[in-house]
This record gives sequence, C-alpha cells and structure tokens, in this order.
Amino acid sequence: MDNKIDILISPKLLSIDRCYDFVVNEGCGGICLFVGTVRNRNKNEDVTHLEFEAYKEMAVKEMNKIAEECHLKFKAKKVAIHHRTGVVSITEKAVIIAVSTIHRKNAFLACEYAIDRLKESVPIWKKEYLENGSYWVNARP
Amino acid sequence: MKIKCFGIAKDITSTETLNIKDHAIVTVSDLRQWLMTNYEAFANVKSCMVAVNQEYANDNLEISDLDEIAIIPPVAGG
Repeated sequence: MDNKIDILISPKLLSIDRCYDFVVNEGCGGICLFVGTVRNRNKNEDVTHLEFEAYKEMAVKEMNKIAEECHLKFKAKKVAIHHRTGVVSITEKAVIIAVSTIHRKNAFLACEYAIDRLKESVPIWKKEYLENGSYWVNARP
Repeated sequence: MKIKCFGIAKDITSTETLNIKDHAIVTVSDLRQWLMTNYEAFANVKSCMVAVNQEYANDNLEISDLDEIAIIPPVAGG
C-alpha cells in the first residue's frame, strides 16, 4: 500500500474530511482541494441528476498514474482522488482531488493538472438526466 | 473473446459483455471493424478507445481470448 496516494471509487457519499485528513502532513504548508459537484443546468436544460459508471479496475490504475504524475511534476507529497459512481444528486460531490505540497503554488498546479487529466483519461462515464430523457455526456459527435 | 462494454457502448450492444467468436479478429483494428459492421449505431458515436488488459491500446496491438478487452467510449468523469 502506497501511503502517498489514496484512490477511491465508491457509490457512497464522498468525504472532504477524509481526503483532507489523508493529505495533511507536517512537511506541507499548502493543501489544495478541488471538488466537482453536480449542477442543475447544462446547455440550457434543467438537469435532475447524474449517473456515473466506471470501469473500476482500470479507472483505479489511471487515477494512480495521475497521482504519481503529481508527485513527479509538482513534488506533491500526498494525493487523494475520490470519485462517485451510481446516481448522484444535484449539489452532491462527484469528485474530490486533494493535494499537499511544501508551498501553495504547486498544490494549485497539481490539483488543476489532476482534474484535467482525470477528465481526459479515466474510464468513467456520466449519464445526464433531464426532465424529458437522458444521454451519455461526450458520446455524440 | 469477451469484450466489456461501458456507457453508450453498453446501450448499443445491449450487454455488459460481448462474446465474439470470429477468428478473423487478430488486432484491435479488426475488433473496431467488427463492431462497426455488426452495430451500425457506433457510426453515430464519437470514436471509441479500446483497452487491453486495462491499458489503452493501439490499433495494431494483437488480441486474444486470454486478454481482458474493453470498449471505452469518450470518457466523462469529474
């Protein structure tokens, strides 16, 4: 078990405290948290909720790679990446990324890098539910 | 060979696991071609990736029944 990285994919509510408590440590003066939450509007339509599906084994691998890149590129000491699956309601947390670094600047950079990479490469899919139907986000040209 | 299907690929194939018996499929590219031929709806989807043993694979990679293979539609995490 690598104690620099905490990866979680779960159908249960995500915990900011759990991510923060994992990354906090005596050598780091900066912690940056990104929280992605479910909003109620997209492309001028009312969204009722989202549903996330994951290829869990591969998603965990890809999330570990991103966390390792945060260590290498930004000297992150600890990285937590947690992602929800299943039905996620408006305002609930879909993803949390927490990074600790010695100084704040790299914490901001690593956090942004991690969420951008996650959206590019981690095999997780989101179905958006509207008042009158649903569709897989990003799937159509 | 067994092919895991996720997201819109699962909707198109109506299954979580496709069971394909076609000895003409040697590479990832062959699998792509097979999917386009057998499920026309893939023409209306953005280009899918293929993962082999939980890693993104190039089109020329050879695949066999022993590999864990998955169709990866455009991802949308976060």
